[in-house]
Amino acid sequence: MTRVVITGAGTINPLGADVPATLEAMREGRCGIGELEFRDVERLSIRIGGQVRGYDPETVFNRQQLALYDRFTQFTLVAARQAITQAGLEFKGELAARAGVILGNSGGGMTTLDDNYRSVYEEGKNRVHPFVVPKLMNNAAASHLSMEFNLKGPTFTVSTACASSNHAMAQAFQMVHGGITPVMVTGGSESMLCFGGVKAWEGLRVMSRDACRPFSANRNGMVQGEGAAVYVFEELEHARKRGAEILAEVIGFAMTSDAADIVMPSKQGAARAMAGALRDARVDREEVGYINAHGTGTAANDKTECAAVADVFGAHSDRLMISSTKSMHAHLIGATGAVELLACIMALRDGVIAPTIGYEEPDPECALDVVPNEAREAHVEVALSNAFAFGGLNAVLALRRFA
Amino acid sequence: MSSIQDRVIEIIAEQAVLEPADVTLDSTLEDLGIDSLGLVESIFAIEEAFDISVPFNANEPKKSGFDISSVRAIVAGIERLIAEQT
Repeated sequence: MTRVVITGAGTINPLGADVPATLEAMREGRCGIGELEFRDVERLSIRIGGQVRGYDPETVFNRQQLALYDRFTQFTLVAARQAITQAGLEFKGELAARAGVILGNSGGGMTTLDDNYRSVYEEGKNRVHPFVVPKLMNNAAASHLSMEFNLKGPTFTVSTACASSNHAMAQAFQMVHGGITPVMVTGGSESMLCFGGVKAWEGLRVMSRDACRPFSANRNGMVQGEGAAVYVFEELEHARKRGAEILAEVIGFAMTSDAADIVMPSKQGAARAMAGALRDARVDREEVGYINAHGTGTAANDKTECAAVADVFGAHSDRLMISSTKSMHAHLIGATGAVELLACIMALRDGVIAPTIGYEEPDPECALDVVPNEAREAHVEVALSNAFAFGGLNAVLALRRFA
Repeated sequence: MSSIQDRVIEIIAEQAVLEPADVTLDSTLEDLGIDSLGLVESIFAIEEAFDISVPFNANEPKKSGFDISSVRAIVAGIERLIAEQT
């Protein structure tokens, strides 16, 4: 099977408008969560989130593009331009015909939906903009990305709630690994921070009103964020031949379904996904130095995830590091695995482990090295990235340092 | 029995797929087979029925200041919230 490497990365998220800014924020343990700012926010009981700030769409896209691009599509294109520029690829001929796009996304064009529902229901208007449907559909971002870069191979969107990006990247990995295409563009995007988007989450009563504190005994829920991260996955030989810089190697993945509960996580489902990723990657558990946790900051997720790690890694679970960067960028739902992969790349390539910030009180049910509050230097050979979605759908990726 | 109590029991019984007569004040949600999602749904129904806001976060049920240890405790909590909020 073909080895698969990452040759480009791009992002825009609450921590920064590109990869260097994001990694710097993670190294410094900076928090991108703040007071939400959008229409009708005063009618919400949850008023914090990880919003992308200082981003002016009009400086990036023209008026015709903005009429067609929901915020989640805009984030995708911003991230993809960075990733493809870094990879230094131009898609034409045979490469264009084979290379495609697989993106994760959960809510689609939620702000488009929110704005237009408001206009027809609240304001009583009977006419909507002609582009509402092409703007809000979940595959809009993948399609615009394929159009902008002439990517004509397999292109689609995966929607598995909080595991969307990991499922998407696992599919992209598999396509390159299996020789279907030498290059795939993959990752995820999400933008649900609007009145309807947050109101829906509020209903579940799992959101925190003050902070995301994964693994801390006083954690009190998740915080929602928005943004995107996009990568170029490429055949190792293809990348070598053209002298591309390699950020990390993707070595395996696994997907499982809990088949149990629509919202409660399962230790067995999570453990089977991690163990499966190790098997697929053909690595011993002792080789894993870092896990980017799903770590949502809910009571249920964090203790279940830690128990699953203990089951899979045994005595080694006390030697590995596990952190949740959601404490900094919040939970980007369908984009979260994509943004969190940056922390894995930083661990492998730069030897810097992103911290779990906001950590205040040890929880005996989360008794692992969660890299509390401050980044740490460490040499890591293999890293895992966990995503465990509502619906009981789990996807774990395994990456190796490329030397 | 107060009407608030009757209405709360009715809502809990509906959630548990039981007759109201089968729900006693001493019943716990666990006895009645109501899981975390069922609880959140019951609280929503109670908020709608009485037009109140129940301070409940599923992550820290004990710190919410709203006792859910038995039907009696829930009824008492709702009565207090109605008195405070209306």
